[in-house]
Amino acid sequence: MIAGVAGGVAEHLGFDPLAIRVAFVGLAFTGFGIIVYLLLWALAPLEEALVAAEAGAGAGVRAAGSGPRAVPAFRRPEIRQVAGAGLLVAGVLVFLGYIGWSFEPAVFVPILLAALGFAVLWARGSAEEGRPRLDLAAIGSPRQALLKGNLSLGRLVFGALLIFGGIAVFLAATTDIGNAANVILAVIVTAGGIALLAGPWLWRLANEVIEERGSRIRTQARAEMAAHLHDSVLQTLALIQRSKEPREMASLARTQERDLRAWLYGRAPSVHGARLRDAIDSMAGKLERDYQVKVEAVVVGDLEMDEDMRALVAATNEAAMNAAKHAGVEEVSVFVEVEDDRVTGYVRDAGTGFDPAAVPDDRRGIADSIVARMERHGGTADVRSRLGGGTEIRLSLPRQLATRGAAT
Amino acid sequence: MTPASKIRVLIVDDHELFRSGVRSELRDDLEIVGAVGTVPDAIAAVRSLKPDVVLLDVHMPAGGGSAVIDAVRTDLPAVRFLALSVSDAAEDVIGVIRAGARGYVTKSISPEDLQAAVRRVHEGDAVFSPRLAGFVLDAFNTEPPVSVDPEVDLLSPREREVLRHIARGYTYKEVAAELGISVKTVETHVSTVLRKLQLSSRHELSRWAADHSLV
Repeated sequence: MIAGVAGGVAEHLGFDPLAIRVAFVGLAFTGFGIIVYLLLWALAPLEEALVAAEAGAGAGVRAAGSGPRAVPAFRRPEIRQVAGAGLLVAGVLVFLGYIGWSFEPAVFVPILLAALGFAVLWARGSAEEGRPRLDLAAIGSPRQALLKGNLSLGRLVFGALLIFGGIAVFLAATTDIGNAANVILAVIVTAGGIALLAGPWLWRLANEVIEERGSRIRTQARAEMAAHLHDSVLQTLALIQRSKEPREMASLARTQERDLRAWLYGRAPSVHGARLRDAIDSMAGKLERDYQVKVEAVVVGDLEMDEDMRALVAATNEAAMNAAKHAGVEEVSVFVEVEDDRVTGYVRDAGTGFDPAAVPDDRRGIADSIVARMERHGGTADVRSRLGGGTEIRLSLPRQLATRGAAT
Repeated sequence: MTPASKIRVLIVDDHELFRSGVRSELRDDLEIVGAVGTVPDAIAAVRSLKPDVVLLDVHMPAGGGSAVIDAVRTDLPAVRFLALSVSDAAEDVIGVIRAGARGYVTKSISPEDLQAAVRRVHEGDAVFSPRLAGFVLDAFNTEPPVSVDPEVDLLSPREREVLRHIARGYTYKEVAAELGISVKTVETHVSTVLRKLQLSSRHELSRWAADHSLV
């Protein structure tokens, strides 16, 4: 009830939580119950971490890990550990009996319970082995960690001594209930011993969990990237192989490059163009696809799209489209800059050029789509072109007072 | 340029296809002394071959172009670097320029333009593609911090004007004609901009702003 320990223990052992709680309360009067409770509580976060790490691995796994029905599935491997722990406790008790301590059930039962508790904790190692992805076989069971590998004999002996010492001090303390300091000492010494014995294993377990989670994230990222590359780059490469037109190939390659760049550097190709930069970029991409020219678009600064900016983008688009269609060039330059008080746009090509004064009246493209559109929004458009000397269309639009200062 | 002394060029790019492509494009007019694909190989090749100009990919495993420049800059100050790359974030490009590259062009550049850029870099000038000009204008666009050196933290109106024209697609010659100045003056302006970019702390500022989505 206090920290959910009783419930947790009950779940693991397959007992009724109420029975466990009653047992704990009963044991609390001897003092040992409190210690066991605190120890279990202190070690419990380990389980939480495990459960959290498994959270993404599927509900089935989670159920197997915590559902009471699944308990037999991982109680079987415990038997050896439980038996081992039981023997250990029996040995200690016999030893204590030799050196003159008599023990009543009030002492014997809590020790047995404590041993069971540790056995449950340790046994998780075996239970985890069957779980997918988490490779606990690599870590080894706690028993393996105890008997071989990186646990030195000195530490083993010292750890065991600490545990036994802690229990001994505790037993001594129970003869004098008022001696609280000794009880605390017993807890600390016992905990130290357990940490020495089980510490390396717990450390490796924690590392393995972190490692496993990291690799799962990497796998997901990889799958995502593979999916994206398949949908975009591989399709484009296939198209390029089928294409017989060099211009078309170049156009496909440019479009793909633009898309990939936007994807790599976090600017998703936006259909609506919520920001000016996105709008200009997607405009350039579309022109490259439709007219098979290179559109070198450079944008300095950025701001939210509004009616005025849409007009500017539309006029820029019209100008660049004219250049792509009529100038006879491979490349069109587009430059848009957000300044403090206005937004300027330049569309330039080094192509055939024309005489603006000689444009027939029925060709309304520049007049309607560019000049009139800019003027409706309070801006200006200026066409500079010379036969044989290229064309540059300059657009300028004052910024609404409300959007000023929110530049860059 | 006398034909007797061709510019010695080292190509550094981790894409084999690109290395051989550039090699065959430039072979006639420049002397390609080597083509390597990793940062350690590049450092070793620069030290042993002492090329005039290094064509340097911005993005490579183990540090990219900046790592190569950082490793050899102090020992071999005469070696010039021209960053050459396909699609990069502004931070990476500006990082390579700040490390000491004399310019940045995109890989879609025509062979003739690339040759001209190599010459320009070899002569000690800076090479600004439209995209680099845009990146630089952006980097210098934020409000300056209070305690900065205006000598390096601000672009003069003239420098800004030159960069804008380059971003609009003008060649240096066209910029000169448009602004009524000599090509030499245009080159001086872009070299000054390059130096400011390398010395200014502004770049960190704009990167910080970009990282925090303030831009």
